[in-house]
Amino acid sequence: MEIMTLFALPAGRRAAVARLDTAGALRRRLLDIGLTPGAEVTALFRGRGGITACRIRGAVIALRRADADTVLVSLSPGKEAADGWV
Amino acid sequence: MGLTASSVGRNTADAVLRLKRGDRLLALAGNPNVGKSTLFNRLTGLRQHTGNWPGKTVGSAYGSFPLSGRRVVLADTPGAYSLAARSAEEALTRDFVCFGGAEAVLVVCDALCPERSLILALQILELTGSVLICMNLTDEAEKKGVFTDFEALSLCLGAPVLGLSARSGAGVEALLHALELPLSGAPRPLPLPETAEAALRPLTALLETRGLPLPERWLALRLLEGEPGMLQALREHLGLDPETDEALRAALRAARAALEENGLSPEALGDLCAAAAVREAEALCRKTVRRRDASPGVEKLDRVLTHTVGGLLAMTALLAVCLWLTVTGANLPSALLSRGLTALGALLGRGLDTLGAPPFLRGALLDGVYTTVAWVTAVMLPPMAIFFPLFTLLEDAGFLPRLAFDLDGAFEKSGACGKQALTMCMGLGCNAAGVVGCRIIDSPREKLLAILTNGLMPCNGRFPAMIALISLFFSGGGLLSGAAAALGLTLLILLGAAATFLSNRLLTATLLRGETSAFTLELPPYRAPQLGKVLLRSVLDRTLFVLSRAVTVAAPAGLALWLLANLAPGGVSLLARLAAFLEPAGRLLGLSGMILLAFLLGLPANEIVLPIVLMGCVSGSALAAPGELGTLRALLLGSGWTAKTALCFLLFSLLHWPCSTTLLTVKKETGSWGYTLLAAALPTAWGAALCLLVNAVWTLFG
Repeated sequence: MEIMTLFALPAGRRAAVARLDTAGALRRRLLDIGLTPGAEVTALFRGRGGITACRIRGAVIALRRADADTVLVSLSPGKEAADGWV
Repeated sequence: MGLTASSVGRNTADAVLRLKRGDRLLALAGNPNVGKSTLFNRLTGLRQHTGNWPGKTVGSAYGSFPLSGRRVVLADTPGAYSLAARSAEEALTRDFVCFGGAEAVLVVCDALCPERSLILALQILELTGSVLICMNLTDEAEKKGVFTDFEALSLCLGAPVLGLSARSGAGVEALLHALELPLSGAPRPLPLPETAEAALRPLTALLETRGLPLPERWLALRLLEGEPGMLQALREHLGLDPETDEALRAALRAARAALEENGLSPEALGDLCAAAAVREAEALCRKTVRRRDASPGVEKLDRVLTHTVGGLLAMTALLAVCLWLTVTGANLPSALLSRGLTALGALLGRGLDTLGAPPFLRGALLDGVYTTVAWVTAVMLPPMAIFFPLFTLLEDAGFLPRLAFDLDGAFEKSGACGKQALTMCMGLGCNAAGVVGCRIIDSPREKLLAILTNGLMPCNGRFPAMIALISLFFSGGGLLSGAAAALGLTLLILLGAAATFLSNRLLTATLLRGETSAFTLELPPYRAPQLGKVLLRSVLDRTLFVLSRAVTVAAPAGLALWLLANLAPGGVSLLARLAAFLEPAGRLLGLSGMILLAFLLGLPANEIVLPIVLMGCVSGSALAAPGELGTLRALLLGSGWTAKTALCFLLFSLLHWPCSTTLLTVKKETGSWGYTLLAAALPTAWGAALCLLVNAVWTLFG
């Protein structure tokens, strides 16, 4: 199991949130949008300056590099969905 | 939010929420982008306006609709991800939901993201049992293969769950039916680990002796979490103050100690509470939601629009197209209005003559009041009535968050936040709306940056003058003049954007020092904008807005102007005196005293600047045929205008003090006259500097 920051997650790869290396208001905000330990997150695309768009619990949310760097995720070897119904 | 009718329409005057006896108050809450406003509009129709709710000034809207013989007042709240508010807007939602005294809360959730949007619903359910959950966007969810079992969910939650599509109206009937009787349900606490629950119990017991209107366990948790905003709200609304309340303080201390023993700091407790809601939402959705696609990919349009270079180019092109549509679309209506109003003016003139009106009165009414109003209507109304709706369509479709995404890097470097792109766009419609829109920016420092620089974006009121001048002096007429005007306007807007970035940098380095903050930007799925209904309502609303402005601002201004031009003590009109006084300053800027005076007198509304200039050209006598470019050209050239004058006018029009409405809004939003002054000085400094430069260079080399 490889652990990396959300910013380093390659586009298109799925991972699970390991932990949040931050406190206070930012931590609360990250939890509120669904980045709780164990939550599934997929990196989608990046913009200039390092802003990263991810799919979190069905929504597309973009985080700045500094914030994405506080989210540690673990890459599980590619888990494909079984027969379509999840 | 954004350029909705309620934020800049004719009903933006703050109104106090007055509940009459028999009225029912319902709160509308939900995540941002779930279609809350759509539902709100659908339920309240045109019976809505921005207003206050009891006790506070708020940007929320309220509206009403009749139900079973009673009036239901629906209070909209700003979108919030959680009741643990992070921004001023979310605090408003929290305060209203918790303490607003609403009979029930309608929580709007996103059928496409039930897991995320249920988090807020669960938090609210902890607070009150009178909750009705509306799963909106069911039509989109169906298309994307997300199916929720509403009945099962309702059973688990102990609150009604209705699926609906606010856009099409499906399910709204059922909603109204469900609202006919009061909602009865019990609060649904989210369980925490036993160690935390044990620590809570004594504190909860104490609170139970107080007879408070909110669930005691919930209050205990909030007190223990210790978030300053919430503590203040509890103090204000419920009189719960650990500082003055001995027993409460003691119980709080004991509970905290018990938690610390188990390694739970107040922050850790907060984490647990947040996680409890998330975990519960997860569990509920696992039981009741099925998805067809395990992981939907990136929307095709996003591949283009978020491309590093291509994205911005596409956005600029989109802007140019909107401007082109505005320019060409306005031609015919302007011409028609012009002809009609000129004819009407002639009629009025004859009428006045028949009545035997003295020339002074005739002049004041006709050449002063009527001409200015006719000008504003014929020249300003069509472009404004076209651009606004176009913009609303873009907003509806979901393009703006992509713009914020593309520009965030640049904004971060200049010390600001990507959401400023959104407020700048709102400023394109109306600077006052843009300033109010800055509430979406969480960080106070970055919010201030956005407020102070909003005036650098040219508002709709300035477009028509800019379009006219570009067409007259820089496009050579003919078929392509529409395209040239659009292009020129696009360039000016880009210039304004550049000035914004530089101003951000400057202010961050000097007055508004600080770090760039964290922020999350949601990119909602693209939605086909609701043409028809939205367009119609927007056009109507805009038209009425401009017309009412024409009457309330342009008419008195026209009268004042005519008086200035025709009262001539000592043989020289007051207007001429003022213009002469300002002449040196005007000349320095490549303008003239008259033009500078026009800008100054145009403080109430940018629409009247050009009419004032023209009035100055004809020195207060009849302004024939408003809107005919040919007449305009003759007038201006006759008064000594050159291409240089036009260029400096354009630059100054782009970069000068915001209108009085905007300045008053800045004062209201910042609470500081100092910042208001800065908001006026910043664009002016830019404008003056650029005009000086252009004038100098042109004179040297021209």
